[in-house]
Amino acid sequence: MSDFLAHSLFFGAGITLVCYEVGLLLRRRFRLAILNPLLLASLCVMAVIKLLGVSYPDYNSGARYLTYLLTPATVALAVPLYEQLQLLRRNLAAILGSILAGTLAGLTGIFLMSRCFGLSHQLYVSFLPKSITTAIGMGVSEELGGVTTLTVASIILTGILGNVAGEAVFHLLGIRDPIAKGLALGTGAHAIGTARALELGKVEGAMSSLSIAVAGILTVIAAPLFAKLL
Amino acid sequence: MVQLRQFLIILGVSFVGEVLHALIPLPIPASVYGLVLMFLALCSGAVKLRQVHGAATFLIGIMPILFVPPLVGLVDAWGLIRPILLPTVGIIAASTALVMAVTGLTAQGILHLTRNREELSREEEEGEQNV
Repeated sequence: MSDFLAHSLFFGAGITLVCYEVGLLLRRRFRLAILNPLLLASLCVMAVIKLLGVSYPDYNSGARYLTYLLTPATVALAVPLYEQLQLLRRNLAAILGSILAGTLAGLTGIFLMSRCFGLSHQLYVSFLPKSITTAIGMGVSEELGGVTTLTVASIILTGILGNVAGEAVFHLLGIRDPIAKGLALGTGAHAIGTARALELGKVEGAMSSLSIAVAGILTVIAAPLFAKLL
Repeated sequence: MVQLRQFLIILGVSFVGEVLHALIPLPIPASVYGLVLMFLALCSGAVKLRQVHGAATFLIGIMPILFVPPLVGLVDAWGLIRPILLPTVGIIAASTALVMAVTGLTAQGILHLTRNREELSREEEEGEQNV
């Protein structure tokens, strides 16, 4: 059974969709922010493949066809961004200023905490690109001599945390403006945060999409400077 | 067929993004080049909104599902994280909250300032007209 599933082309993608449906169902049923469909679906897939004795590489041999769509989906983010072009033009100072401030605050925070925990240079630079989108973050980590797998893991954990806890942060700090919410989600939690921003609204989604590109590029420039600190 | 053609345009832009990624020696992925290119194409009118709108809406709608496989992949990274669990969790939680707080508050602050200024100048104009 598990041998058949391991070689099935449709098991990986199929089980992913089924688990996502389960996640949606649970959220609709209980309406709790922590019941995030993305988080629930991932835990559900982990449990199912563990139970059926399917390894992650075998699951992913089918599921990677879903991941394949990530690049065209990111390209498609240009559409909501274009639809908010007026808003983008009118608020350019707030948009660029806040993404720059957020990116620098994040890098400074990682530097200070790495110092507190006494982390090695290699671990420190692995965490530096943790708020930006995976493909850029991996490249930055590689260039600075970090552990790429750790970078990817921390990027994904950051994304899911931002996706799940973003609104709690907004509530706590009184961040109500849709532009500010979108920028915060995209700068703090890249594309996974953007997935949440798109659910909040069109303005949030567009601002978050923009932040992925801007924060990513700012980090490419700033991370090598921060890497010299520790 | 319409959807297929829309999908084709998005794939085409993704491909050009891949070409740029191969040519330019920066750690910027094909998807980000593609996002910028598609935005420029829409702004310049080279691609019309209706030529990509349907397929783009579909792709964006299913986006959260596309992150499930990499998240499941975290099971394989567990061995790497376990020895440094405390710093990892601390750094990720604190810095993520910090970035979101600073970005959100800065944006909201600047927006308030510029809106107040706009309102002030509008009031001034109106005041002058009244005189």
